[in-house]
Amino acid sequence: MSTFDFLMQGLVSAMEPINLLYALIGVTLGTMVGVLPGIGPATTVALLLPVTYQLDPTGSLIMFAGIYYGGMYGGSTTSILLNTPGESASIITALEGNKMARAGRGGPALATSAIGSFVAGLIATLALAFVAPYIVKLALVFGPREYFALMVLAFVTVSSAFGNSALRGLTSLFIGLALSLVGIDQLTGQNRLSFGVPDLLDGIEVTTMAVAMFAIGETLFIAAQGAQAPDKVEAIRGSVWMTAKDWARSWKPWLRGTVIGFPIGAMPAGGAEIGTFLSYAAEKRLSNHPEEFGNGAIEGVAGPEAANNASAAGTLVPLLTLGLPTSATAAIMLAGFQQYGLQPGPLLFATNPQLVWGLIASLLIANLMLLVLNLPLVGLWVRLLTIPKPWLYSGILVFATLGTIGANPSVFELGMLLVFGLVAYVMRVFDYPIAPVIVGLILGPLAEQQLRRALSISQGDVTTLVQSPIAAVLLGLAAIALILPLVLRLRGRGNVLTQMAASED
Amino acid sequence: MRLDHNEQTRSQRRPDWAALAIAAVLAIMAAIIFFDVARLRDMGGYSQVGPATVPDWIAIVLIGLAIWTVVASFKGDFPQRERQEIKPVAWVVAGLLAQMVLIRLVGFSIATGVLFGLAAAGFGARRIWISIPVGIILCFAIYWLFAVVLQLSLPAGPLENLIH
Repeated sequence: MSTFDFLMQGLVSAMEPINLLYALIGVTLGTMVGVLPGIGPATTVALLLPVTYQLDPTGSLIMFAGIYYGGMYGGSTTSILLNTPGESASIITALEGNKMARAGRGGPALATSAIGSFVAGLIATLALAFVAPYIVKLALVFGPREYFALMVLAFVTVSSAFGNSALRGLTSLFIGLALSLVGIDQLTGQNRLSFGVPDLLDGIEVTTMAVAMFAIGETLFIAAQGAQAPDKVEAIRGSVWMTAKDWARSWKPWLRGTVIGFPIGAMPAGGAEIGTFLSYAAEKRLSNHPEEFGNGAIEGVAGPEAANNASAAGTLVPLLTLGLPTSATAAIMLAGFQQYGLQPGPLLFATNPQLVWGLIASLLIANLMLLVLNLPLVGLWVRLLTIPKPWLYSGILVFATLGTIGANPSVFELGMLLVFGLVAYVMRVFDYPIAPVIVGLILGPLAEQQLRRALSISQGDVTTLVQSPIAAVLLGLAAIALILPLVLRLRGRGNVLTQMAASED
Repeated sequence: MRLDHNEQTRSQRRPDWAALAIAAVLAIMAAIIFFDVARLRDMGGYSQVGPATVPDWIAIVLIGLAIWTVVASFKGDFPQRERQEIKPVAWVVAGLLAQMVLIRLVGFSIATGVLFGLAAAGFGARRIWISIPVGIILCFAIYWLFAVVLQLSLPAGPLENLIH
C-alpha cells in the first residue's frame, strides 16, 4: 500500500466518533492547561498523561496528539496576551505578539498565530506522513552501532550544543543518564542502584520525573520569586479577525516558517526554538516594514509560530521512525507509548500500522479542531489567565500529584516527586537546563542496550563504533556539535548560542 | 542579563561555594554508582562488556564534570543567582510533605486538599482555614471525576467511602 492509502486508512480510523471525542477532549484539555502561565507543552503533556491511562492504545495516543497540539496553541495564547512564554519556542511570539496586543491588535495576533499554526501543522504533518516511510526504510539498515551513534548525536545536541553552558547542559544530561541506570538491567536482569527498594526495581518513572522536574520545580521556582506585581493580561480589543492586509502580510511568513521549522524539528537535533529564531530573522530581513519589528509586526508572529508548530510535527519524525526523542515533550510521548509496551521505531510501522497512521491522521484532525475551537473560545482561555496566583499554582500541584497518585498510589513515589521537584528547583536557580535530564533518563537505557550489543558483536573492540560509515559520520557530527560551541564560547562568541538556548521543551 | 555579571565576579576570583557543593554532589553520585556496580564487574563475559560497563563510564564522566564545575567555580563562570525567598518554598514543600504523610491515612481528597491550602499559603493566600476546606471540596470533585467516571484508582479515605 502507498503512503496515501495508509493515511486514508488512518483518517477513517481517526474519524470514528469515539476517536473524534478523544481528540476533542485532548485538544480542549491541552489548550486549557497549556494556556496557564509558565506551563509549556512538555509540562502539559506530563500533567495530562494520566488522563489517558484507562484508554486503549489507539484512543490514548489520539488524545495525546490532541493534548500535544492543544498545549502548543495554549502556549502561544499566553505569550501574546500575558508576555510569559511557557517555553523558549514561544519567546519570539511573546516579543512581537505582546506588542501587538498592547497596541490593541491582540485579536489579529491570536488569529495569525492560530491560522499560521494550522497551516504549518497541516503541511508539516503531511510531510511527516510522506517522509516517515523513507526514514523507516533507511532505519532498517541501521544496526546497534548506528543507533548508538544517532543517540549520542541527540544527546549532544539536546544538552550542550545550544544554551548558556556546555558544562551545565552536559551535567544535566549525565544526571539523567545516571538516574536511568536505576533498576533491573535489561540484558542481564541484574539490579543496579536500587539499594533493595522494591519501588526502584522498575527504574525511575519518566512521567514522575517529568512532572517533578517541570511542574513541581517550576512551581517552587515561582514561589521563591516572592510576591511580585502580577503580569498584566492584555484585553482583546476590537475584532479577533484579520483584515485583508493582515492576510496579505501573513501567508508568506506562514509558509516560510513551515519550510524552516519542519527540517529542524525532523533532524535529531532537538529544539523548536532554533526554527523560530531563524524564521524571525528571515521575516525581519524580507519585510517591507522592518521598522515595525520589535513594535508588533504581524510577520514576526506569523512566521515563528508556523516554524514552532512545523518543528513540533518534525520532532515526530525521529520519534516515530527511529524511536528517538529529541525534546522533552517527545521523551514524555515515548513514555506514553511505552506504557502500552509499544516501542516506536521502524518495527512499529510494520507491526502496528493502524496505530501509527491513526496517530498521524489524528494530528491532522486535532489541528483542524484547534483552529475551529481556539478563536471562538479565546475569551474563555483569557479568563483562565486571570485565575489568582495562589489558586492557580495550588491547582497545578494538585494535578501534578494526581497524576503520580493515579499511576502508582505509593508514598515512595510521592517522595520521589518532592525530592526531584527540589532538585529541579535548585537546577533552575543555577541555570541548569531541564530537558536533557528527561531525554537522558528515557534514552539512556536504549543507548546502553545498543552500545552493549554493538560491543558484544565486536567482542569488546571499541573501534567497531566508527567502522561503519554511517556511525562514523554521526559520531563525527556529534563531536563537532560538542566541540564547536566550546570553541565559540572561548572566543567570546557565545552570545549567538545563548540566544538559541535549548529550551525546556 | 546572564552575560554581563561575569566581569564583576571574575575579578574576585573567589570560589563559588554553591558550585563546589554541586561538584561534590556529582562526585558522590559517581562514587555511589562506582561502588554499587562493583559486584557486577566480573559479569562482562568474553567481550568484557557487561552490566557494569556503562555505569562505570557514566561515573567517570560525572567525576570529570565535577572537576570542570570546580574549575568553573574558581573562574567565576557560574551564573549569579537572583535572590530566592525561602518561606514560600517552605510552605509548598510542607504541603507536599503533608500530602505524602496523610494520603494513606485519610485518603486522596483530604490529603490533597491540605496540599492545596498550604501551597496557596505559599503564594500569598494565608487564610488556610478557608483554603484547606476549599481544596478538600475541589479534590473531592476531582476524585469523583477520576475515580468514579474515569476509573482511575485513587486512595480512598472516610470522605471517599461516602460515595462508594
